[in-house]
Amino acid sequence: MQILHVEGLTKYFGGLAAVSGVDFTVEEGEILGLIGPNGAGKTTLFNLISGTLVPNAGKVLFKGEKISGLKPYVICRKGLVRTFQSCKIFPEMSVFQNVLLGALFGAPENIAWKQAADVAEEAIAFVGLSAFHDLPAGSLTLVNQKRVEVARALATEPELLMLDEMMAGLNPTEVGEAMELVKRIRDRGITIIMIEHVMKAIMNICGRIIVLDHGKKIAEGTPEEISTSKTVIEIYLGE
Amino acid sequence: MKQSKRIAKYILPVVIVLLVALMAVVPFFTDPYKVVFLRTILMFVILTLSWSLFSGTTGYTSLATAAFYGAGLYTTAYLGEKLPLPLMVVCGGITAFALALLMGAITLRLKGIYFAIFTLSSVELIKQVLHWYEINIVGVRGHYVTRVNDVTVYYVLLVITVLLVLTIYLIKRSRYGLALNSIGSCEEAAAHIGINVVGLKILAYAISSFFIGMAGAIMATGMLYIDSYVAFDLNYSFFPTLMAIFGGLGNILGPLVGAAVFTYLREILITKYSYHYMLIFGTVMVLTILYLPSGLIGLAQNIWKKLTTPAPTKGLKTEGGKHADTSC
Repeated sequence: MQILHVEGLTKYFGGLAAVSGVDFTVEEGEILGLIGPNGAGKTTLFNLISGTLVPNAGKVLFKGEKISGLKPYVICRKGLVRTFQSCKIFPEMSVFQNVLLGALFGAPENIAWKQAADVAEEAIAFVGLSAFHDLPAGSLTLVNQKRVEVARALATEPELLMLDEMMAGLNPTEVGEAMELVKRIRDRGITIIMIEHVMKAIMNICGRIIVLDHGKKIAEGTPEEISTSKTVIEIYLGE
Repeated sequence: MKQSKRIAKYILPVVIVLLVALMAVVPFFTDPYKVVFLRTILMFVILTLSWSLFSGTTGYTSLATAAFYGAGLYTTAYLGEKLPLPLMVVCGGITAFALALLMGAITLRLKGIYFAIFTLSSVELIKQVLHWYEINIVGVRGHYVTRVNDVTVYYVLLVITVLLVLTIYLIKRSRYGLALNSIGSCEEAAAHIGINVVGLKILAYAISSFFIGMAGAIMATGMLYIDSYVAFDLNYSFFPTLMAIFGGLGNILGPLVGAAVFTYLREILITKYSYHYMLIFGTVMVLTILYLPSGLIGLAQNIWKKLTTPAPTKGLKTEGGKHADTSC
């Protein structure tokens, strides 16, 4: 079943088309990779889907319902949540408070504090941060801050999770752990779109990959198809 | 450590109850001048606490306190004779609440310095529009106010202060208090985890202004005559902001202590050193900002920490925000 359908999505910054006529669909339960050189429009695409930006043309359907033009908090409550490329946590709040906020406000309906606390605890345990429960999130290392962000997103109980460069800046061991985490999230029944530059991760865990360049979708396919595609190799390595 | 924390939990409510009780009986034992002086302190406490309820948590520096205060003053000037005192005070609050809703809806999409400047200019705008209206349409500048005795004003302010402290306490304990803090911490992230940031900001702004308006409504009865220049004096915008910084942002005690000490200091300086008052005052402010970035309360906390922890604690340091490698 299609969970997300993007059609002719276009966004101009001044005269520049940051995203131009992008179409794609996401099937429920898959991990979709989104790659492309810097400035290709990957994060802009995320911004358009999550409601940070309003598209100039095109539309986004989430579970068959049009969500483009809605405010980010509404989209989140519908079950579509994202993380940020430059990790955005609440540094002076405890890890628990960070995640609790997601549970309190991100769910489709208002939930009681006690219930939200349970959801938050579960999400913190799931990403493996129970030991840091009461520490200010800002005092954690980068990899753990990213986990806080993921836990906070999970606490909103999403159906579709968009991860923006979750593995950037991590060492090889941490990348391995992050890949494990992404798979475990998918196993919870959450569909994932991930922007990533770490090719090893993308090729290993994504079922399907979309390649963006200059705001346009230039290729789409399985990891094998993408890694052998002539256009993709040209873009990444030059002609 | 744990036990001292548990005791500290009970100390604060007890101290507050004792303080309120003391404040309630003070007028029976002191001279009228002191009551008027305490009245001024309470007024600034309300303004400062209200200001920090919104600006202290969300990080949006509002300089429109004078607009809400003036709205309260003017409500009394025009409705004072027609309404009983409690109703009049509430009306002042409602006027300010409505004004804040309107201003919030227009301005809270602005960020940082733009928001501060817009709120500042709104005070001036309202002042000039009212002035024009009175001169050209009404034909009379300003309005007489029916006086209420100082002790009554004092008690009304005390009640407003108690209600305000209670409101802040309840908000801080609730999910909305946490959400307001998250807006101050990283608004973009807050918006993406399901928090209606614009709605929440506007509501918090209006609630804080409600109390400012009530303070204005009752303070008007201590004046004989009000015109737009008296009512919308920009000092009512600047002082609460300065007082909150002076006392320390971040918790409820800072603005409270800041407003009280600041008002007291100002009174002493004005009466004893009326020529050098601004000079001394400015120096104190500069020194505060330079050396006490977390205000009087921050200073007190540091001293308390040094007294209660004899040896430097080893291990993980957990000071918030220090190592944050985030974009917010």
